[in-house]
Parts: sequence; C-alpha cells; structure tokens
Amino acid sequence: MSAGAAPAGMRALPFTLVLIAIAAVIFLCGRWLGSSYAFFMGYVVLQYVVLGTAWNILGGYTGYVNFGVTAFFAIGAYSTVVLHKLVPATPLPVMMLIGGALAGLVGLGTGYLTLRLRGVFFSIATLALAVVVQTLITNWDFVGGARGVYVLRPRVAPLIGGEYVQYLFLMMLIMTVIVLVTARAIERSALGYGFAAIRDDEGAAEASGVPTLRLKLIATTLSGGFMGMAGAPLPYYVTYLDPASGFSLNYAVNAIAMPLIGGTSSWLGPVIGAVLVGGLQETLRVTISSAVNVLVAGVLMVAFVILAPQGIVGLFQRKRR
Amino acid sequence: MDGTANLLLNAIVSGLLLGGFYAAVSVGIAIAFGLLDIVNIAHPAFILLGSYVAFIGNSLWGIDPILAAIIALPAFYLLGMIVYQVYYVAFERRDDQSLRGLSFFFGLLFITEVGLVLGFGVDYRTVQAVYIGPSIKLGLFDLPLRLLVPFLVALVVVIGLQLFLSRTFIGRAVQAVAQDQQALRLMAANPTRIKRIAFGLSIATASLAGAFLIIIQPIEPSIGREYIGRIFAICVLGGLGSFPGMVIAAMTLGIAESLTATFFGPSWAPAVAFGILLITLAVRPSGILGR
Amino acid sequence: MTALLTVSGLGKRFGGFVALDGIDLEVQPRERLGLIGPNGSGKSTLVNCICGTLRNEQGSVRFADETIDALSAHERTRRGLARSFQLPRPFAGLTLAENVRIPILYAVNARASGHLHGAAIDERCLELLGLVGLADKARQMPRDLTQIEMRKLELARAMAADPKLLISDEAMAGLSHAEVDEIIALLIRLNERGVTVIMIEHIMRAVMEFSQRLAVLVAGRKIADGNPKDVVRDPEVVRAYLGE
Repeated sequence: MSAGAAPAGMRALPFTLVLIAIAAVIFLCGRWLGSSYAFFMGYVVLQYVVLGTAWNILGGYTGYVNFGVTAFFAIGAYSTVVLHKLVPATPLPVMMLIGGALAGLVGLGTGYLTLRLRGVFFSIATLALAVVVQTLITNWDFVGGARGVYVLRPRVAPLIGGEYVQYLFLMMLIMTVIVLVTARAIERSALGYGFAAIRDDEGAAEASGVPTLRLKLIATTLSGGFMGMAGAPLPYYVTYLDPASGFSLNYAVNAIAMPLIGGTSSWLGPVIGAVLVGGLQETLRVTISSAVNVLVAGVLMVAFVILAPQGIVGLFQRKRR
Repeated sequence: MDGTANLLLNAIVSGLLLGGFYAAVSVGIAIAFGLLDIVNIAHPAFILLGSYVAFIGNSLWGIDPILAAIIALPAFYLLGMIVYQVYYVAFERRDDQSLRGLSFFFGLLFITEVGLVLGFGVDYRTVQAVYIGPSIKLGLFDLPLRLLVPFLVALVVVIGLQLFLSRTFIGRAVQAVAQDQQALRLMAANPTRIKRIAFGLSIATASLAGAFLIIIQPIEPSIGREYIGRIFAICVLGGLGSFPGMVIAAMTLGIAESLTATFFGPSWAPAVAFGILLITLAVRPSGILGR
Repeated sequence: MTALLTVSGLGKRFGGFVALDGIDLEVQPRERLGLIGPNGSGKSTLVNCICGTLRNEQGSVRFADETIDALSAHERTRRGLARSFQLPRPFAGLTLAENVRIPILYAVNARASGHLHGAAIDERCLELLGLVGLADKARQMPRDLTQIEMRKLELARAMAADPKLLISDEAMAGLSHAEVDEIIALLIRLNERGVTVIMIEHIMRAVMEFSQRLAVLVAGRKIADGNPKDVVRDPEVVRAYLGE
C-alpha cells in the first residue's frame, strides 16, 4: 500500500487486459501440452491463488485474521453438492456465484456479530465457525453426512471440448483474474486506503472519518465470498467429498501461509506465495511423501512470520531501497 | 422416577464432571489470554502433546497417566518459556501480535498436529489405569471414575493456581503485568521475565490437561481442534482472566454439551461451544461475571 | 450568534467512577478556547465524548445546530469535528502523504460540498504537510519522524478533515520552548483561517498565550470558565492546582 509497494503504476484496464492475456497463454499452453496432470496440478495452484488473495483482502489489508477459511471454502463446495443433487443442469459458473453469495453472507453475519470487538475475537469466532459448519454438514444426510458424497464429473468439458478438468481449470483461471483485478483495484482505491488505516489504527481511522465497521464488513463479505467461489468447483474436482477432506486444515493453513510468505501488502504477495508453496508441495508430494508436503506450508509460514515479516515481496522492496 | 428425568439428572452430573475437566483444559488460556493478552490458539496442540506424553509413559513403562504428566511438568514449563521468548522477540517487541503473532500460533498448532500424525499415525490411542472403567453408584447417580478423578485433580490445580496468583509476589506480578507494566518496572520486576514464567505455567497446565484428556476419551492428533472453540468459549464466557468465572463457564458448557449429547446425539456437541461463544461475543463480551 | 458546540449536562461514568459530572460548555464559532485541569480531571474523557470515541450516559452534545449524541466518531468527523490524539497515533504502514490522504478521502469527500480527485488530492496532501513544515518528508514513513514531527503530523491529519472545530489534545507535552511556540503559531494561523480551536494543555504559558477564553475541569466538574487572566486568579482554580 505504501507508495513504493505496488509495481510500476499501471491503470486498471491495461492491467486487466495483460492479466487476461497471460491467462489465455497459460490456458493455450496447457491445451498444447495436453497433459491432464498439468491441468489437475494447475487447478490446485490457482485455487490457492484465489484462496490466498481472498484471505489477504481481509487479513493483509485490514489486519483481521480469518482462521475459518475452511468454513467459507466448504460452504461453496457443499452448495455445489446441493445444486448438483437438486438441479444437476446448473452451469458451473452459476454454482460458483451461488456458493460465493452464500459464503459472503456467512462472512457478513460473522463479521456483524464480532467485528465491534477487538480483532482477536473475530479470529476466535472464525476458528469456531469452521467447527460448527463442519458439525452441521456432518449431521446433514442430504449432502452425505459423515460418510461423504460422490459427485459424478461430466466426461467432456462444455463449450471448449476436451476433458472436463480443462473446464474446471479454465473456471479457476477466470476466477483468478477476477480476484486479482479486484484485489489490485482495492489497493489503489479509497477503499484500500481505508482498509490500511483500519489495519494501522482503528481509533485514528474513525477519527479521520473512516466508517470502520462498514469497511470491515465489506472486507469480510468479499473475502468470504471469494473463498466460497473457490470452493464451488471442488466437488467436481475431487468427485468424492466428505467433511474430513472438505474441512481439511490444509486449506486454512495454505490460504494463510501463502500471503504471509509472499507478502501481505500487495496483490502480488499471495500469487508468489501460492505458486511457490503450491509448486513445492506438489514436488514434495511426488518425490517424498504426502505427509511431509502438508508440513511445508506450516513450517514456512512460521519461519517467515518470525524472520521475514514482510514476506518475499518485502525482501525485494528492502533491496531496492 | 421416570426415565427422562433420570437421564436428565445423570446428564447434568456428568456435564458437571466434564466441566471440571474443561476448567483444567481452559486454565492455561485463562492465564495466557486472560492475564497476559497472548492469544495462544495453539494451546490445544500442547494439550494433545501432553496426551501423547502420558500415552508413551503409560504404554512403555506402565506409569499412571497423571503421574506421567506430573513428571513431564518441568519440560512443558520449559517449552512454554521458549515459545514465549520466541513470541516476545518476533512479535510482542515488534508490536505485531495481531496478524503475524496469531498466524505464528496457528502455524504451531498445525505443525504439532501434523508432527503427531507423522509420529503416531491417525489411530486412536488410549491409556490404562485402575480408575478407567469402574464407577461409583451414588443413589441415582452414576459417577464414572474416569471423569471423577480428572475432575478432582483439575479442581486442585485451578485452586492451587488461584492461590499462587493471589498469595505470592510473582503471582501478583503476573496479575499486574497486563494492567500496568510501568508499575512493575518500578517494583524492580522485569515484565518480560514475569510473562515468561506465566506463559511457562500456562503450557505446564497443558501437560496435566492432556493426561486428563486421554483418560476421558481415546485420542488422535486432530482432536485438539475441537477444543479451540470450547476453550475460548469458556474463557470469554467466564470473563477473561477470572478463574471463578472460568470454572462456572466450564461447568455450564459441560452441562450444555452433555444435555445436547444425551438428547440430540453426540455429533451435535461441538456446535454447542460455538453457539455459546458467538452469543457471548454478540451479547455480553465481558462474560457472565463481567462488569 | 449561535454557538458552534454546545455541551449540556454531560455525564460519563466508568463502573462506579464518575469521570464527568454535568459538564456545560459552549464554544462560539472562530473562538480559541483553552481547557485545563489536573491529571485525571476528565479532560480526555470530555474530548472522547465530544468526538464520539466514548458515549456519554447523560446530557447531550450539539454541534453546528445538530444534536450529535447518536452519531459515531467518523460521522462527527465528517460533520467537521476533528481531533488530534494526545499520544500521536499515525498510520504506521502509510507514508506521511497517505496519512493525511485518509481524512481527505473519507471526511472531505464524504461531504456534499467538495470532491477532490486524482492530482487535486495529491496537491492538497502536500499543501497540508507544507502547513506543518513536513512537505519534504511526504514520501517517508512515520517511523522516520522525530517526536515533534509526529505531533505535527497528528495536527496535519486533523486539519486534513477540513474541520469547523479542531480539538488539540495535549499536542505540546514534552516539547521544547521553541517547538511549543511553533505549534501555537500553527494553531493561531489555523484559527485565523476560520477554524474554531479547543486547546487542551498542561503548559500554562501556551494556554495563556493562545486562549481567548479558559475553562477549568477538576474531578469531572467544570469549576471555572471565562477570561483567562481572571480564571487563573480564581481562588478555587488556584486551590485545585496548588493543593488544599
């Protein structure tokens, strides 16, 4: 947010176009490669770019820590399960919008109840929120309860043809562009300055005319909504979803670790964090074991918050000065 | 007496016993969060660490789990001091407790959990002791010893800590440290040292709480997470930093959960703590005994 | 002429402790009012109640012909009631220019009267920092500032809200003689531009030099209000300051 934080000034429209162009190149490269493994892996990394950026809109910009990432993510995923069972013909983008809207509403509600208090109470409430949403879903037989649910993945991707995973990847790619453009637009708008003021000193922000409660609610709603949207395609990706995997702590740790590792002050931080940590995890999963790869995010996060609190982006900024 | 009333009474009594255990689980957070203002969300992970220590002592050498926890107390105290020192240097001194300090503890929680999975797997573990299994019949009530023993030891621990805090110099310094660091310095007490001791104590209680946990129920590494909501619900409901309030809150939650489990099924119990926490935060954030 | 700020029967208690007890205070447009009182007399509580940081239990506050008791702090700032904090509270993660930008974006631009955009905002930020002599540090962070510069930033940020009434809460504690003069001059310049100023201060020299009128708080009550020279000779005020 500080004058030097954002990379060379670019207007919003050119930035969006460049991002779309990059996304298109990535997608076409994937098509050319034709490897479904690349699409599966790319989906996971993009999903974390979205989750990390969504977390950062609240955590990095306003300083309010949301530990309940899994709650919002799973609300998105399970709303898709419900839609899949009730109206199987619903197009995936619509499912994502509905999942996002539901998760956003839950974010708004949680924020409304706890954001008048000190920030830690919000964090504690979100931790507990993850447990309660999990409890509700575990007890809800319609979506499979504790046993879990199978969701049949369509064979062929609509519109673009090819394997369905390509479609999932494309959706997540579009989602990524939307989230990054939003995050960057916030950084440069009055909203972003308001968020930063809240993060630094809420009392002084109020005294400067910042409607702190309203801004915090905007941030929780946006952040929660994006997490829900990121979770919506999950059932089609995994094809079997149960509460234990849908609420895996990995999602929360990754979503928090990636911005903190990459740097919380700019939109670029979560992207760097997600690509780096996501890539590293995938490599470790293939080469060593899946148990070790989940440790990586946690250990890196603790190391970074202690040793490099400004993240990777911060390291480069310091060098430039 | 008809069945439902009997069920109700027994649920209340076992809830009360459970509450005593919850008090032992929460007392560490009552110290760390209530008195030192350190939001150690990793506390349940330390408790679970205590459970596995009790498990090792019990399964390898046949030591009583509570005795094993007492033997491990100094190690946990030391661990707490080390964690506080890192926290102080990296976050408190930089005045960065809220975002990165919280994330630090979240990372510890996760690392400990995954570490335990790597070390012990995801199988449920139990301990052996004479008081696990039998129960005392007291009129209508069934008092299972595996709940009664932790309940009694927990009360001794909480009362002991309360006496320590109110009667000794260091205890009073701990109570003062969150309020007025300046005054402490004038009394020639180093606030950082006082906080280090207090945080050491907070983690030491996790050793005992861990032993109680594995006595009461079989454990696996991810079980600690369920306790985050409980612990903070209890501490907030009890009014931060008040031990009597915390005990009352622990018993309240114990009874509420026990009733929920009896009449709606045990799978609903975890939601009770969250409900209580959210209602408390929304309606009366200063807790039941608060001003 | 109607008063800009009217505080009537204001009361505030913390638990059993009565911090403010039936305070009446009127401030006229363009006036320079000094407010003094021993430590713990309730000065800061009064400021917090006027600015909406705390809610008063009794009495009411009227500002610019409107009862503002139900308004939150940011709504009061938007209506033209700005304050500086006793201990400077800069936005530590923002540059100096961005610090004064916040009130422009959120207080000035929230009013029907004026909307600043793009370059006009940047200009205004520099102008405000220039008023307090910090223009050349616009791109620096608050941590690079000295104590006096922090105080000046605090005032610049309060001024950035374009207030009708500015409350300066002990902006001078711990400053040197010359630095105190600098701040007094700054506040007087501001007052000459039409801003009403309430100065809360311990440094009597500054208060006497600045104030057209002086009010004294002791133990949550207003014990004197009037011409500064008369007020400081008031036996009750002398007793409160020199002890029984």
